Amino acid sequence: MDGALPLLELTGATVRFGADAALDDVSFRMFPGEVHSLMGENGAGKSTLIKAITGVLPLDAGTLTLDGTPVRFAGPHDAQRAGISTVYQEVELLPNLSVAENVLLGREPRRHGVLSQRLMRERAREILLDLGLDLDPGSALGSHPVAVQQLVAIARAISTDVRVLVLDEPTSSLDLDEVAELFRVIRELSSRGVAILFVSHFLDQVYEICDRVTVLRDGHLVGEYLTRQLLRIDLVQKMLGRDVSDFKARRRVPVDDEPGTEAFLSARGIASAPDLTPVDVDLAEGEVVGVAGLLGSGRTALARALTGVSRLEAGIVRIEGTPVDLDSPRTAIQLGVVYSSENRLAEGILGELSVLENITLSVQAQRGVLRRMRPARQRELAQSWVEALGIRPADLDRPAGTLSGGNQQKVLLARLLALAPRVLVLDEPTRGIDVGAKVEIQNLVGELADNGLSVVFISAELEEVLRVGDRVAILREGRLVDTLPSAELTVDSLLALVASPDEQED
Amino acid sequence: MTATVTEGRTERLERVSAATRTFMSRHAAMTPTFAALVILALLLVGAEASLRGDFVTPRTISSLLLDNAYLLILAVGMTFVILTGGIDLSVGSVMAFTGILGAQLLGSGVPAWLAVTVMLAGGSAIGLLIGVLVQYFDVQPFIASLAGLFLARGLAFVVSLSSIRVEDTGVLWLQQNRIRLGDWYITPTGILALVVVALAAFTLHLTRFGRTVYAIGGNEQSARLMGLDVARTKVAVYVISGFCGGLAGLVLTAYSGAGYPRNGIGTELDAIAAVVIGGTLLTGGRGYVLGTLVGVAVFGTIKTIISFMGAEQSWMQIIVGALLLLFIVIQRAIVARAERRR
Repeated sequence: MDGALPLLELTGATVRFGADAALDDVSFRMFPGEVHSLMGENGAGKSTLIKAITGVLPLDAGTLTLDGTPVRFAGPHDAQRAGISTVYQEVELLPNLSVAENVLLGREPRRHGVLSQRLMRERAREILLDLGLDLDPGSALGSHPVAVQQLVAIARAISTDVRVLVLDEPTSSLDLDEVAELFRVIRELSSRGVAILFVSHFLDQVYEICDRVTVLRDGHLVGEYLTRQLLRIDLVQKMLGRDVSDFKARRRVPVDDEPGTEAFLSARGIASAPDLTPVDVDLAEGEVVGVAGLLGSGRTALARALTGVSRLEAGIVRIEGTPVDLDSPRTAIQLGVVYSSENRLAEGILGELSVLENITLSVQAQRGVLRRMRPARQRELAQSWVEALGIRPADLDRPAGTLSGGNQQKVLLARLLALAPRVLVLDEPTRGIDVGAKVEIQNLVGELADNGLSVVFISAELEEVLRVGDRVAILREGRLVDTLPSAELTVDSLLALVASPDEQED
Repeated sequence: MTATVTEGRTERLERVSAATRTFMSRHAAMTPTFAALVILALLLVGAEASLRGDFVTPRTISSLLLDNAYLLILAVGMTFVILTGGIDLSVGSVMAFTGILGAQLLGSGVPAWLAVTVMLAGGSAIGLLIGVLVQYFDVQPFIASLAGLFLARGLAFVVSLSSIRVEDTGVLWLQQNRIRLGDWYITPTGILALVVVALAAFTLHLTRFGRTVYAIGGNEQSARLMGLDVARTKVAVYVISGFCGGLAGLVLTAYSGAGYPRNGIGTELDAIAAVVIGGTLLTGGRGYVLGTLVGVAVFGTIKTIISFMGAEQSWMQIIVGALLLLFIVIQRAIVARAERRR
């Protein structure tokens, strides 16, 4: 394959959002007829790279060439015309229109200059049957399950003269048979010379279908590998990466061997479909439990189940031995359990509000609208947290959105800590922030635990989980694999537990 | 022998039920429109029964179209806008403005064809303004068309503060000429309104532009990613609505024999009510222009029943309000069911 010319090539691509580079000097190529996978954790830059080659986002630096000719797409329409079709992660079709229209709209067949629904249904039927999909093309798309809608989206993508087909997490809503059907279509297309970019967090599927894999981390290119030459464990390691940094060793709380006896918070058999099957978790006072797992392992589902964001479908949570009903984040907060989402911008920081407002928000919400805090008191409270956490710049009136990622995370922490919580659930608090801020946050978590706070610390970086956590809960595909004291684990042994167990096959 | 007969019947039954299923899966969005038809039938039967056979006569039904032609035209334009998920509050005022403008022009001796052209162009221009505000300046349709409402109403008062009689025989002919068939009759204004409905139905169902209107209402972002021309379509629906406002201005001027700057205050809300009662979802993407025809018929029938009974016209608003509530609840239920299935 190395003799052939790449069909599509991205060189030195950089895409910035404000001050942060979502993609930093990344090169990427695809050959005709290959199935290529793009791997990386959340925020690694996968979506940004896809958007860059499909014309949704412009490149701030670097070039995109197609057949060796530099191209510049003004929008997704341009890319489609050049033969690059995309099926997006969330089904991006029109539920109110018919299946046939969803496949063909924009290049619909006409008769006497008038759009013919009958011709459209016939044409769509052929395309769908090609995909092994037998359904009434005249029916409304919204009347079908998401999996079928997904296949319709693929039908739309391949009904043009497609040369590069981008499938962003196409299998997340499909069952096994449907995945097999999709793979049959992918092989068929690749034998016709179509280059397919298959993005999925299911390692098994990547190993089954992909010839080559490109790994991204934190917006940087880690490397491009042949799938058959890359061990699964090496792939996972490349995705998660390792950082060396000076983390202060902290006093470990002696972990009780009998779980449940001294736990401050204990969860038994908690589940929330489809991402989390029944899991037991214990959290002692002053203990940090690290949670390790890949994307889609249920790590976020666990955090959300513990904090009342998603309702439990089974199981029970006790706090100091008393069963509690965590039916909403508000209840959880009243019980002293607070949550910081992995999605800092969408579910955390209110970028247009000031640092002061972002910090005092939680306390004000507790008091209710009618008992407004005096401005002087607000300022005092915010000031004390800005100093305690070292938020920089120490300007209370600055819009929080203009702070760096690390400082935004500290503002979020200040907001939660102002509530004087007993349990802190942090989902990826250090993602996408620079190393210095990372270490500060890790140290802060340690100090808080030393002062009696219980912390659930979720991170994609195994080394970080090991260093911060007293114990580590390992999740894989929605199941709790084991909970082990971090003293008994090394990064390599943790890696083996986090990746698939059927490693011997490869 | 008996077996074959039974089998034939079962087969036929199965075919019918399969056909019904296909129809339902294709046209689930029509349910509210059917509901509106049922209500229209109930209204007519009920009125006929309680008014001892004086209600459903060729004369009343014919005058229903005559009296509501302007509303039907406005509602058709509104259907386009609502299908994209927008709203146009300006149409009542646009109708008043173009009406008084036309009357003024005719009064000062401008030929009818030119006056009519100016009316239609004026309505379209206000629609274009609203569309550009919505699409390129990212103004909420509610606000943009509210600005259009004030602008058109103000312009109407600038043209004249009082009513202006229309003497032009051509324009009056639209209203006075009655094509009769027995006791039934139809005026050119009625024909005009029905032609507008037919053109709208054709455009919405059989052109890419029409399907793009539905696509935008379904999911604007998806429509854009599918490469449809979202920007131009969104502007165009407001132009269509403004054009319909101008046409309604002409029809109303012919109907009342004069232009009056205070005409059509609140008529935009009547039009929205008719569209919603006819089964078009306010969130866009679902609905039929023929449903709008039914909606206007329901609206007009209630009005006629109330004047037959000699009751206060305020009951009109109460009944329409109740119907609107009912229909919005039906629509919510349909949308909720569609979402559960996913």
